[in-house]
Amino acid sequence: MAEAQTNPAGNTAIAVAAESTVATRMSAPPSFDVADFPVPHGREEEWRFTPLARLRGLHDGSAEASGGLKAEISAPEGVTVEAVGRDDARLGRAGKPVDRVAAQAFSSFEKATVVTVPKEAVLQEPIRVGLHGEGGVSYGHTVFELGAFAEAVVVIDHTGDAVRAANVEFVLGDNAKLTVVSVQDWADTAVHCSQHNALVGRDASFKSVVVTFGGDVVRLHPRVSYAGPGGEAELYGLYFTDDGQHQEHRLLVDHDAPHCRSNVAYKGALQGQDAHAVWIGDVLIRKAAEGTDTYELNRNLVLTDGARVDSVPNLEIETGEIQGAGHASATGRFEDEQLFYLMSRGVPADEARRLVVRGFFAELVQQIGLPDLQERLLAKIDEELEASVA
Amino acid sequence: MATLEIHDLHVSVDTDSGPNEILRGVDLTVKQGETHAIMGPNGSGKSTLAYSLAGHPKYTVTGGTVTLDGEDVLEMSVDERARAGVFLAMQYPVEVPGVSVSNFLRTAATATRGEAPKLRTWVKEVKEAMQRLSMDPAFAERNVNEGFSGGEKKRHEILQLELLKPKIAILDETDSGLDVDALRVVSEGVNRVRESGDVGTLLITHYTRILRYIKPDHVHVFAKGRIAESGGPELADKLEAEGYEQYVKGGTTS
Repeated sequence: MAEAQTNPAGNTAIAVAAESTVATRMSAPPSFDVADFPVPHGREEEWRFTPLARLRGLHDGSAEASGGLKAEISAPEGVTVEAVGRDDARLGRAGKPVDRVAAQAFSSFEKATVVTVPKEAVLQEPIRVGLHGEGGVSYGHTVFELGAFAEAVVVIDHTGDAVRAANVEFVLGDNAKLTVVSVQDWADTAVHCSQHNALVGRDASFKSVVVTFGGDVVRLHPRVSYAGPGGEAELYGLYFTDDGQHQEHRLLVDHDAPHCRSNVAYKGALQGQDAHAVWIGDVLIRKAAEGTDTYELNRNLVLTDGARVDSVPNLEIETGEIQGAGHASATGRFEDEQLFYLMSRGVPADEARRLVVRGFFAELVQQIGLPDLQERLLAKIDEELEASVA
Repeated sequence: MATLEIHDLHVSVDTDSGPNEILRGVDLTVKQGETHAIMGPNGSGKSTLAYSLAGHPKYTVTGGTVTLDGEDVLEMSVDERARAGVFLAMQYPVEVPGVSVSNFLRTAATATRGEAPKLRTWVKEVKEAMQRLSMDPAFAERNVNEGFSGGEKKRHEILQLELLKPKIAILDETDSGLDVDALRVVSEGVNRVRESGDVGTLLITHYTRILRYIKPDHVHVFAKGRIAESGGPELADKLEAEGYEQYVKGGTTS
């Protein structure tokens, strides 16, 4: 596997020139108003990997909301769930939409949902959100807010068929701890674009686990910024991209406060004709963010011919006073020699393939450190592998 | 008693300039309990023989037969050959990222034995086999061949030989790249398996050094894609003294 390693000591990833920064290479500045974004034509930096024609009009204003999304939220006692209007002051604090589809979602949703965990509440059960598509177009906005010292787990499941654009915000108070698991287990026809903005409070910990298996096109923006020093963010992702699927994960960790940490690890397996995975990992360490410690990694395992991966890690450092910064990206093939080696020990071909893919993901799943989820994820990976081998 | 019979085996590989015949009529019979050393210069086709017997897709059999106890080996897929009892210890074992040695060994044992080994006895079996090969127990948690030294890779191959208990073991240049200590440990492993009397061994080597540790019953000189001369252990002494020169006159086949 080819390996790209960059450290702050090396100079390859340091890009301070204004025209190449994360913020300026977007075609328009972040905004809540869809009118502030031109309709993308596909050559823009942020759109160049995405099959616009398959977005079903989410990007050009032609996708009119028609509902058809069944949403269920179950939350433990003490948690409040409210439906609010666009003018509610609690919306939009964790970050503005960064592309036209996210802005369209903000401009088009009917009611936003605000889920609040009061300060110092430590939830014993997860907050569960089920979004089941029944074939229509829908726009959404959800805010999860944790008060200071609160602790919660949020599990968001996406299933069924839908054309969906949404913004999801996570606002963590000081010392709060939030784990979010977002599973994209859509039917093969679904289109899903979503921006996840986390604002991590002083000494707070945010853990995001993004699991993308389904959909025709899935395009997610997990983004983190810090409201104070001492915050920590861990962003994990798993994707399994099959025949014809486009799965795109565009991450940004914006280190704008001192002494914060971030760790990003995304792993994907691809198989089949025109399976396309895109991973963009931007890390920005601003001048104020002294003492930052960050690492990002993306690994891809290409199982068959005909699949394509675009993996672009980006590290921009505006201060030298940091603990550490690095990134690694590697894309490897499941090679015939590996297959031969395993088969020469009596292991049938399909089982050999399963063994390798399971092993590839298991490493990451163990790192996530949520035993209940581990079982579920590994079972899901087995299921994907079963389906693909059959 | 298991018998591997190779008769008039012809094998070629595809190259940019068309198929290139490497094996040109190999005849060899290996019976359970016997050890055959196949010696020959570089490019004589020794490794091609090993990989062809294991069924590597790179090699095309263009003629001849290979049977194991009368069953047609050439008709079998790679995994079927392994389950039938053919084992190849590779010269360059392959890295398998994400798959731990312990998981790999158990999967391979389950496949070749036809049922999952009982966990308690299996753990003990692996532990003891690793001890005999002077392998650190932590080795079991590493990914297969990933970051292994040359010696570790070869020990791992012999560990599999001990655990999978094949009928026919093909050792492809297992001695290459080993220092004397590692060679001794690996050879002792091979000898333990041989002493069981259950395995027929095909020991492929370029050097006579390993034959000081593993005593063959038969020695064959391989040159230009076929066996040029066969004899007893004394043939190895002759090669030690005289080299391969007399067999390679007229050019090699590679």
